Amino acid sequence: MSETPTLELRNLEVAYTVRGIDRQVLRDVSFSIAPGEAYGLVGESGCGKSTAAFAAMRYLPRNGKITGGSILFEGNNIVDMSDGQVSDLRRSAISMVYQNPATALNPTIRVGDQVAEVFQLNGVSKSDALAMAEQALTRVQIADPIQVLRRYAHQLSGGMAQRVVIAMALASNPRLLVMDEPTTGLDATVEAEVLDLVRELRRDTGTAVLFISHNLGVIRHMCDRVGVLYAGALVEQGATADLFNNPSHPYTVGLLRCIPRGGLHKSTDRLDTIPGTPPALGTKFDGCVFAARCALAEDKCQSSQPQMVTIKGNHVARCFLSDKASSLPRSAEQIEFASQSATTAHEVGETLLNVSHLSKVFTQDGHQVRVINDVSLTLGVGETLGLVGESGSGKTTIAKLVLGLTAPEEGGVVSLDGKGLAKTLNRRDVHDVGAMQIVFQNPDQALNRRHSVTRIVGRAVERLRSFSVSESIDRAHELLSGMRVEATLHSARPVQLSGGLKQRVAISRAFAGAPQIVVCDEPTSALDVSVQAAILNLLVDLQKQDKTSFIFISHDLGVVRYISDRIAVLYLGRVVEFGSSQRVFNGPFHPYTEALLSSVPNFDGSIRKRIPLTGVVPSPSNPPSGCVLNPRCPRKAGSGYETLCETEEPNLTEVEPGHFMRCHIPVAKLKQLQS
Amino acid sequence: MKQYILKRLGLSVITVFLVAVIVFFLTHILPGNVARQYLGRGATEEDLVEFRRVFGLDKPLLSQLFIWIKDLLQGDLGTSMQYRGPVADLLLPAIGYSSKLAGVAFFLIVPISIFGGVIAAMNRGKKIDRVITVGGLSAAVIPEFVWAIVLVLTVGVTFQIFPVTAFPEEGNRGVLNQIWHLILPSISLLLVLFGYIARIARAGVIEALESDYMRTAVLKGLSRKKAVTKHVLRNALLPTIAVIASQVPYLIGGLIAVEIVFNYPGFGTILKGAVDARDYAVLQSGVIISSLVIVGFQLIADILFALLNPRIRQKVSE
Repeated sequence: MSETPTLELRNLEVAYTVRGIDRQVLRDVSFSIAPGEAYGLVGESGCGKSTAAFAAMRYLPRNGKITGGSILFEGNNIVDMSDGQVSDLRRSAISMVYQNPATALNPTIRVGDQVAEVFQLNGVSKSDALAMAEQALTRVQIADPIQVLRRYAHQLSGGMAQRVVIAMALASNPRLLVMDEPTTGLDATVEAEVLDLVRELRRDTGTAVLFISHNLGVIRHMCDRVGVLYAGALVEQGATADLFNNPSHPYTVGLLRCIPRGGLHKSTDRLDTIPGTPPALGTKFDGCVFAARCALAEDKCQSSQPQMVTIKGNHVARCFLSDKASSLPRSAEQIEFASQSATTAHEVGETLLNVSHLSKVFTQDGHQVRVINDVSLTLGVGETLGLVGESGSGKTTIAKLVLGLTAPEEGGVVSLDGKGLAKTLNRRDVHDVGAMQIVFQNPDQALNRRHSVTRIVGRAVERLRSFSVSESIDRAHELLSGMRVEATLHSARPVQLSGGLKQRVAISRAFAGAPQIVVCDEPTSALDVSVQAAILNLLVDLQKQDKTSFIFISHDLGVVRYISDRIAVLYLGRVVEFGSSQRVFNGPFHPYTEALLSSVPNFDGSIRKRIPLTGVVPSPSNPPSGCVLNPRCPRKAGSGYETLCETEEPNLTEVEPGHFMRCHIPVAKLKQLQS
Repeated sequence: MKQYILKRLGLSVITVFLVAVIVFFLTHILPGNVARQYLGRGATEEDLVEFRRVFGLDKPLLSQLFIWIKDLLQGDLGTSMQYRGPVADLLLPAIGYSSKLAGVAFFLIVPISIFGGVIAAMNRGKKIDRVITVGGLSAAVIPEFVWAIVLVLTVGVTFQIFPVTAFPEEGNRGVLNQIWHLILPSISLLLVLFGYIARIARAGVIEALESDYMRTAVLKGLSRKKAVTKHVLRNALLPTIAVIASQVPYLIGGLIAVEIVFNYPGFGTILKGAVDARDYAVLQSGVIISSLVIVGFQLIADILFALLNPRIRQKVSE
């Protein structure tokens, strides 16, 4: 490469001062991004990805400082620049997009003024700036820019807000765009749109991109080259395809194996995990940063630090044993499981939960909003039912209706073991309450911070099983140990535990009443992939042991596919497709499912043609006439059923044995269109 | 928005009405024979009956309440038992004086406290921050009348910088001179309220400084100073407005004490006189007026808060 890289990090060292002590977060990190190139950084949380991104903007937290090395933007070291010079650069040459677009916008200033501000900073008059802001929004494919300019941040959907943030970042025609988890927290379909947008803009503008994501599928689709960070050190780097096809650092190998990728299913495969946890901030190492968790580690890995070795071309890995990395033994759990799976084939028992004709109407600003419309589902003993759909499709509301946290409308019935349950929780008896429990997405908010782990679980046992206090404590310890929460942690408070451990406590609590059904509402969405794998394994084990049934809600289709026996696809509070995991994922697909699946960036790199859903999710207060999907349906046009689709709502019909769809287009026709 | 204001207004009216009822019963269950107290030991039974008749004390309690509220609604604040004249003649000029003092105090307290809070937030953890927060709280724990006395004795008597009375002498009552005389009493109120308001302003600014949108602003290329004035202050001061409004009762309570120390013929001084003389009519009307002021400020604060915050503005206008 003869031209000057747009961004170059040279032996960068960053430390955070915590309680007076400097703790190193980035260790000797070097990489460069050429003009027009997209470079991805991956790694678990706490590995320094975001720190690297913010360092590139020279924006570190109050306690952060650059302790060594340099950050070169087009050859100029921004570490040595004055604040004014850095502001100039941010104004004109480098921009950033980050997670949580909703909070990135000022809540009290109109969106238009915020976008226009970028132009004004570059010396454009206010009125011209507003006109340019309108163009900027058009550029990110916002359909009615004039409308959006006048709105406030809270009036935008997540995807729309991220478009605005991207518009703002692109307004200065930057030569470097730093994107830190730009699509995390967005729906799969919205994520796909945002990623398409970034790709197009990059093609048009030739901007260099530093792209950070924990989602390897997204990275694989977006980036030319990838770097893997672990404990603040770059452990592997290479062209995207090389690195994904031939991972040469044990950490990368482990990371890739954790992911429930296409085709894996709990009945046949156990997920790999990376044993142990990432080192604490500022840990000092004599040897390789990953040695403590590496199944291949030898004596020299503990005592001396490996250098980057070349694998092939510009693919490098910081490992003594890079040629053996792909033979990294699978984690111990795996072996144990392999012997088990031969004997216990998974099968679904008789119907346990029967949900029929559930509807829910909310009143919002005087309007009646039908968020759930006539949903009927069944769940067998020891079965997992996956619920998927975009946000607002009613996944969580269904869970709440089943649990009795909110009452269904007249005519809706939830029956367990053939016995109708009271509509609301406070009218259900202790047995019924204990029989159905929930695990939430965010254990931080679900666990009482002031209580010890034992108390949290013990209290649930006491209430749900009418045990005495001492019996409850014994049972709590048993449960926790069963979830692999070590005895030394039983008196800890949630704040002292890692995210994965907290979720194990939350699961223990849900299992306190020996439940027949546990609702898991995005239980792994806040966790790293290696922790996610361990939690999913745990849930599968529990199911095998106790024949527990799960209702599993997740926006991660890979996870749902892995853990579910049957899947219900929801759109606008209606079940549009219902069938075995295999059927739903392998087709023939309902047009909505088809679009949803095609929006997931595939991590094995296979190119799947995206089938876009046009337009926005309609408001449930004013659903379209006919089939609710029809204005966005990718298969309506040319199907020959257009009139029917626009006038009459289809019924959920059995198109194949055990496979239900709500679509006017006959399944044979869909199959033909989709092949 | 209109609906929101009307709703708030309705609630305010109910609040004041409840205050009126409570005050009425509180003053009427106080022990002591009012008529006897006013007329002295030597009064005859006929005098007492006549006194009760004049002041309506011979009627049943509920009809006394009814008459009082009816009079209030017509703007009749009643007759002072002590001075035998209309309460309005007594209270209205006093309220005028008090408003002047409150106004001067308010214009001194609000900007200085907010400015202090902003400075503390911008220099978080540094010496100036500690001086403002610790100093503000320490000053707040000392009651305003103690401050008033300390100030009178130091800057008033010893150094003779400020006048020790709050009311200029006759013939020298120009606006500036009046304000000049009110500064010292205002400072004693400032010392008490500064700590609270500065702390809330500081917390608001810190929260806004650490917000994602502040980060966006800085990463857009705004200088820190510009980012603070454009993006931080408005968001940061929203909660401060609510706090300032909630401090109005303290301000009124403080006024009473401070007016007495500075011998200022305001609302507080009159009210204290009424308590000493058990002049129920003045007391009742005084409490009603102060509750009107407090409720009024709360209403203004709510409306301001809604106007400044688009999220609430939208919600209330839907």
